[in-house]
Amino acid sequence: MWIPFGYLIAAVLFILGLKKLSHPRTAPLGNRLSSLGMVVAIGTALVQMEFGSGPITNWNLILLPMGAGALIGLVLACKAKTTSMPELVALFNGFGGAASALVASAECWKFVEASELALPDPFTKTIAFGAAGFSAIIGWCTLTGSLLAVLKLLGGVSIFGKWWAAPTWGPAWLNVVKVLLVALVVVLTVALVNDPRDARWPILLLASSSVFGVLLVLPIGGADMPVVVSLLNSLSGIAAAFTGFIINNPLLLVAGSLVGASGFILTIVMCKAMNRTLSGVLFQPYTAHASEKLTRTKVGSDPEEVAMVLDGTRKVIIVPGYGMAVSQSQHVVKEFAELLAQKYDTEVKYAIHPVAGRMPGHMNVLLAEANVPYEQMVEMEDINSEFPECDVALVIGANDTCNPAAREETGPLAGMPIINVDQAQHVVVVKRSLGVGYAGVDNDIFYMNKTMMLFGDAKTMMGQLNKALAES
Amino acid sequence: MIDPSLFLLNLTLFVLAIFLGVELINKVPATLHTPLMSGANAVSGISVIGALFGTQIVMQDGGRSVASLLAGVALMLAMANVVGGFAVTHRMLNMFKKKS
Repeated sequence: MWIPFGYLIAAVLFILGLKKLSHPRTAPLGNRLSSLGMVVAIGTALVQMEFGSGPITNWNLILLPMGAGALIGLVLACKAKTTSMPELVALFNGFGGAASALVASAECWKFVEASELALPDPFTKTIAFGAAGFSAIIGWCTLTGSLLAVLKLLGGVSIFGKWWAAPTWGPAWLNVVKVLLVALVVVLTVALVNDPRDARWPILLLASSSVFGVLLVLPIGGADMPVVVSLLNSLSGIAAAFTGFIINNPLLLVAGSLVGASGFILTIVMCKAMNRTLSGVLFQPYTAHASEKLTRTKVGSDPEEVAMVLDGTRKVIIVPGYGMAVSQSQHVVKEFAELLAQKYDTEVKYAIHPVAGRMPGHMNVLLAEANVPYEQMVEMEDINSEFPECDVALVIGANDTCNPAAREETGPLAGMPIINVDQAQHVVVVKRSLGVGYAGVDNDIFYMNKTMMLFGDAKTMMGQLNKALAES
Repeated sequence: MIDPSLFLLNLTLFVLAIFLGVELINKVPATLHTPLMSGANAVSGISVIGALFGTQIVMQDGGRSVASLLAGVALMLAMANVVGGFAVTHRMLNMFKKKS
């Protein structure tokens, strides 16, 4: 009778946890509160199972999967490099969606397997199987969508030594297919409610929603990947909430819809940061432009030349991007900033584009890891006016986020706010090649007369630059 | 057994929690977007509760092989989501802490 009280405590802990997680000072406490909430929730559920709804007859069925899952999660979380955290969040997200879908499927399959098991009354049947259908739909499409997002964040996958690049493809007619698929899964859910004993419905639901998840993410490329990961995060919450309707669990309902709503708000915040709409991200047909021919060339500079330009500078703005994350060069970059401050008393700031890297806040996480002071990381809107008075803008492995092509009317980057690197007195770009960025658009900045290119891995080049700077 | 009054109660919880979620995550500094997404993702592993009850339904209704397999895999994946999610968030937040 009083057992479900534990769910209330867990729900309060989740709410407090999420609240505290959104303020820098209280964030670690927030994470601890939410995890405590999860412990309370699992404990309450076990107690309820043992003493409420009938004793647990087979502990192996509970402890073995839980132990294995905890181990998998812990190993993945601790082994991952700081660069691959976005992929990891997307992967865990897929797991969560799959779990909800599997619970719903188990609920359905019970009646398929046991024909002697009586079906519930019509009202219960409608709600339970309706919710099971929707939970399965959202869960499966979260799984396949997340897996494709992981693949896209990694850039591709290596199978038997052969590299397969993650595809991005989406003609306009694909949207029609998506709408038809949504109609199909709704019809399948109705069919499931009408005849839960038919094994075809859960299987067809699995197939069609998996395809939908893939089609949803397939056309999305460029700087939009963080938006998708955030949206999928929101969806996995909604899937959990629908599971709550099936088993009548208030905590699943509350926690699931909390995550669903907060994830959705975060998604909108990200879209706004890129001056895009969610429907634009999801439904704009993807037009291939990656084949854009690079006809221009630029002679690379060497670190000694760059060190000379840096001599006596008063203000330097560092613009980090995914390249910094990949090469793990945040520590070398911080050394560089310290060296400048020491030697010429230069004011150094970091310009953070809201979607730099592969996830919002990605750059902040990396720079914080290297102990860069919080005040030096300035967000794009606040720092853009400072570029005309800045002596050198140092772009490290960033491309799309400072590409002036975004100011034009058309093109894949059109309308995205950018960092005004081109207004600086001098621009230094550390990059592996003149190649295009994630959005596949050539960048005019590289070819400006005031730009110096340092071709190479960011960590190596910054190391050499530090050396040249120290010796000059 | 779900009767209409129970369903309405559930629906009320669902809708109110959505409004609460919108209000909770109103102003978040960009710095915390990644940890917040990761933390919220760990909370969405609450489907672990659903998976737990899934195993019980299987136990009570006899040893249904496919259904119990589904529930077991669900439990494993949900647990990986929960533990991994909180651990990753903890790691991210630790990076911020070091600076002071």
